[in-house]
Amino acid sequence: MSDTPIALELAKKQREIGVAEFFARNRHLLGFDNKRKALMTTIKEAVDNSLDACEEARVLPEVSVEVIDMGNEKFRVIVEDNGPGIVKKQIPHIFARLLYGSKFFKLSQSRGQQGIGISASVLYAQLTTGKPAKIISKIGAKNDAHYYELKVDTQQNRPEIIKEEVVPWEKEHGTKIELDLEGSYVGGSQSIDQYLKQTAIVNPHVTIVYTNPKAEQIIFARATEELPKQTVDIKPHPYGVELGVLMSMLKTTEARTLQAFLNQEFSRVGSGTAKQICENAALLPNTKPLEITREMAEKLYGGISKTKIIAPPTDCISPIGEELLEKGLRKEINAEFYCATTRPPAVYRGNPFIVEAALAYGGEQPSEEAARLMRYANRVPLLYQPGACAVSKAVINTAWRNYGLSQSKGALPIGPLSIAVSINSVWVPFTSESKEAIAHYPEIIKEIKLALQDCGRKLSLFIHKKQRIQMEGAKRSYIETYIPHVAEALKDLVGYGVKEEEKVKEYLKEILEKNRGKLEKIEIDNPEYDEELAKLGTESPEAD
Amino acid sequence: MPSPVLDEIKNLATGIYQKILKKKQPNLDMPLRSLNNVKYDPKEGYFELLGKKKGRTLTAGTVRTFAQTLRMMSLSKQLIQTDDIASKREAYYISKNWGEAKFSEQPESDTVMDDVEAMLMVNREQMGFIPEEKGGEIAGQLVVVDRDPETKKELRIDCTKFGSGAYSIPISVEHLKFETDAKFILAIETAGMFQRLVKHKYWKKANCILVSMGGVPTRACRRFIRRLADDQKLPVYVFTDGDFYGFFNIYRTLKVGSGNAAHINEYFCVPQAKFLGVTPQDIVDYKLPTHPMKDVDIKRGKDALKNDPFVQHHIEWQKAIHQQTQMKARAEQQALAAWGLNYVMEKYLPDKIAHPEKFLP
Repeated sequence: MSDTPIALELAKKQREIGVAEFFARNRHLLGFDNKRKALMTTIKEAVDNSLDACEEARVLPEVSVEVIDMGNEKFRVIVEDNGPGIVKKQIPHIFARLLYGSKFFKLSQSRGQQGIGISASVLYAQLTTGKPAKIISKIGAKNDAHYYELKVDTQQNRPEIIKEEVVPWEKEHGTKIELDLEGSYVGGSQSIDQYLKQTAIVNPHVTIVYTNPKAEQIIFARATEELPKQTVDIKPHPYGVELGVLMSMLKTTEARTLQAFLNQEFSRVGSGTAKQICENAALLPNTKPLEITREMAEKLYGGISKTKIIAPPTDCISPIGEELLEKGLRKEINAEFYCATTRPPAVYRGNPFIVEAALAYGGEQPSEEAARLMRYANRVPLLYQPGACAVSKAVINTAWRNYGLSQSKGALPIGPLSIAVSINSVWVPFTSESKEAIAHYPEIIKEIKLALQDCGRKLSLFIHKKQRIQMEGAKRSYIETYIPHVAEALKDLVGYGVKEEEKVKEYLKEILEKNRGKLEKIEIDNPEYDEELAKLGTESPEAD
Repeated sequence: MPSPVLDEIKNLATGIYQKILKKKQPNLDMPLRSLNNVKYDPKEGYFELLGKKKGRTLTAGTVRTFAQTLRMMSLSKQLIQTDDIASKREAYYISKNWGEAKFSEQPESDTVMDDVEAMLMVNREQMGFIPEEKGGEIAGQLVVVDRDPETKKELRIDCTKFGSGAYSIPISVEHLKFETDAKFILAIETAGMFQRLVKHKYWKKANCILVSMGGVPTRACRRFIRRLADDQKLPVYVFTDGDFYGFFNIYRTLKVGSGNAAHINEYFCVPQAKFLGVTPQDIVDYKLPTHPMKDVDIKRGKDALKNDPFVQHHIEWQKAIHQQTQMKARAEQQALAAWGLNYVMEKYLPDKIAHPEKFLP
């Protein structure tokens, strides 16, 4: 053994792990587990960004999505929007730097949250094809369109600019991204087609022009000119802040006193509540925030939880709306019964959220299979990891037998049923960065269950009515079976002819109808149904 | 051939037809055939129908039997018109041509037949239907005067001359005449006991007529005993197993008829019948070997106390039920053999017949 301590040797190998490097190794955390999912995630991230940008700028979104099969499991993805564009200086950072963005720092309802998605796609494309991302963005008619070719410097987590220039672009404003990546295009319930379709259904203000790898163009035209209600950014609610975040907020605040800090940096904290928190934390209200030590911050944290603070405002949330959610089901499914419900706003960990649920029952849906579950978070369809999701748990924990469906323990209900659940929040708690499943917060599960129970009660009224009508129908047809026998026996007994026999049959049917009343009918009455749309993304993966 | 039954069937059917033409719900009402729709008046001597009715019409619960009832009426009409007969089993098979209205088991068709019978207040033979079962057997001091079916000549049948066999009661007994010097009629539940008494010519010793009922007496058997007892003014003694089935299903049906066919009880009952044994007291007095009562026996006793108007009328029978229920035991006729094979003829029957006042009503 040499004289040099081994730690010095080891120290040579120890260095900071770049966040980009980390994600390059752990691509599954971002939704790039396999080729099929990678293609899907890339499109999803690009479309989510486009829609967020358009809505923030109050522009009716027009998004074009093109997927080109380059052969050899390589695909080119081109997503173009009519959003506000991105200023030149920011373009490299937004597309080629992980954890860079605006949405992480504010609390308002948007599709993106962390500032990882699109840059992770760029990183993935570069890892699998070695090619840079090609970006064009323009912020106004009088401005230049800037073209960039970008890569992620994985060690530094910095953009590497391969090429930049001003190009002619006929669009007034907007952004276009082109990525070459390894992927696989498969149809079915977790396909790009399905994702775009469901996105169009719950975002009726959006027009999506989709060109699939078979070079078929599908246009999801907007159904309304109305943008969703503009959401407001809110400051964090004290209940939702963790100790570490609290400490960093104390360091960066411009407030001079603790009381002012609480008052200015949080929602629902007036000067009275601020004083109350200080008192409960045994801290002086005029303490300088910069002077607050870790121990004091801990006291402050304890003080917050001891103080009664009213729930955060909820105007920051824009739910899909029960009408639209139900309409979405109607487009997709030909059922006999639809219902929807919106819960009042609720709060988990200081974050307001609203749950909506809708059901479609009967009709052309298979009656011996488990119910179909559609999940949405902030208007984004969730197609993966249903088993890990709080929505699935809430559906399973709901006692569907009470509403006339069959259900085994720990399973989805069985029956001709589709369930749509949408969660809208300033911060949707996903179980991972790939945003596929919602974390199991008891408050969220409770709200989902309450929404489902409300729908369930309406459903059970329908199911019972349907059973009653079916029973009545069965009785009638049973009775009608014997009418010819009555007529024939009477023919022998009374001695009338064939003509009278027919008359007796006819009269007996009339008498039956008169005595039992008109038989109600349950039929599919669904003018919203769009057969072409419903078929899309339903072909089985094996079909390709 | 004019037939009141035929007219009645036609009237009913025409009524239904008229109702349908007026677009009114057609229906058939018939007496409810059960013990809770009969009353017992000892002066009349049989179960009489009360007014409870059941209806059949175009409802899910009754439409099938409604159609079947009409079909059965139509079959009866056909039989009467062609002067033919059909056995109950044959009627069941004829229904197999009725499509959905066919009977799936014979008890169904028997029930509908009985319903039509009750509705028309006639005996099934008048509708052209005949039972399958044997009518019972006779041995002893009796000459039955019948007619040859072909020559219509008088036939004299001496019931002492069947050796170890017996005379079979025919299905129809209305035309029979009787000649006898016997002192009483002994109606016996089991063929085994009847055989023993025939073998040892007990009828000669006791100067009586022996009847084997073979379980619950058929209508023909009941009618035969009734006509014979009325005609010759003979007392009727009934000898069954010492259990509730023997008391009520056999003896009570023979004496006052059944709830099930109350519409014809008037003719098919033997009000002069008395119960000789085996009584609960006999089990004690003759120290008879017993079997434990089954749950179904105990239930039969309870039902009789609760629902049977005949039992409710006779306190002696109520006492008998209580006594036997307390013993929790039942004894068969053959149990007397425990005291010797011929004990029944040498001791038991002579003892009992010497004291008719001890018979149960």
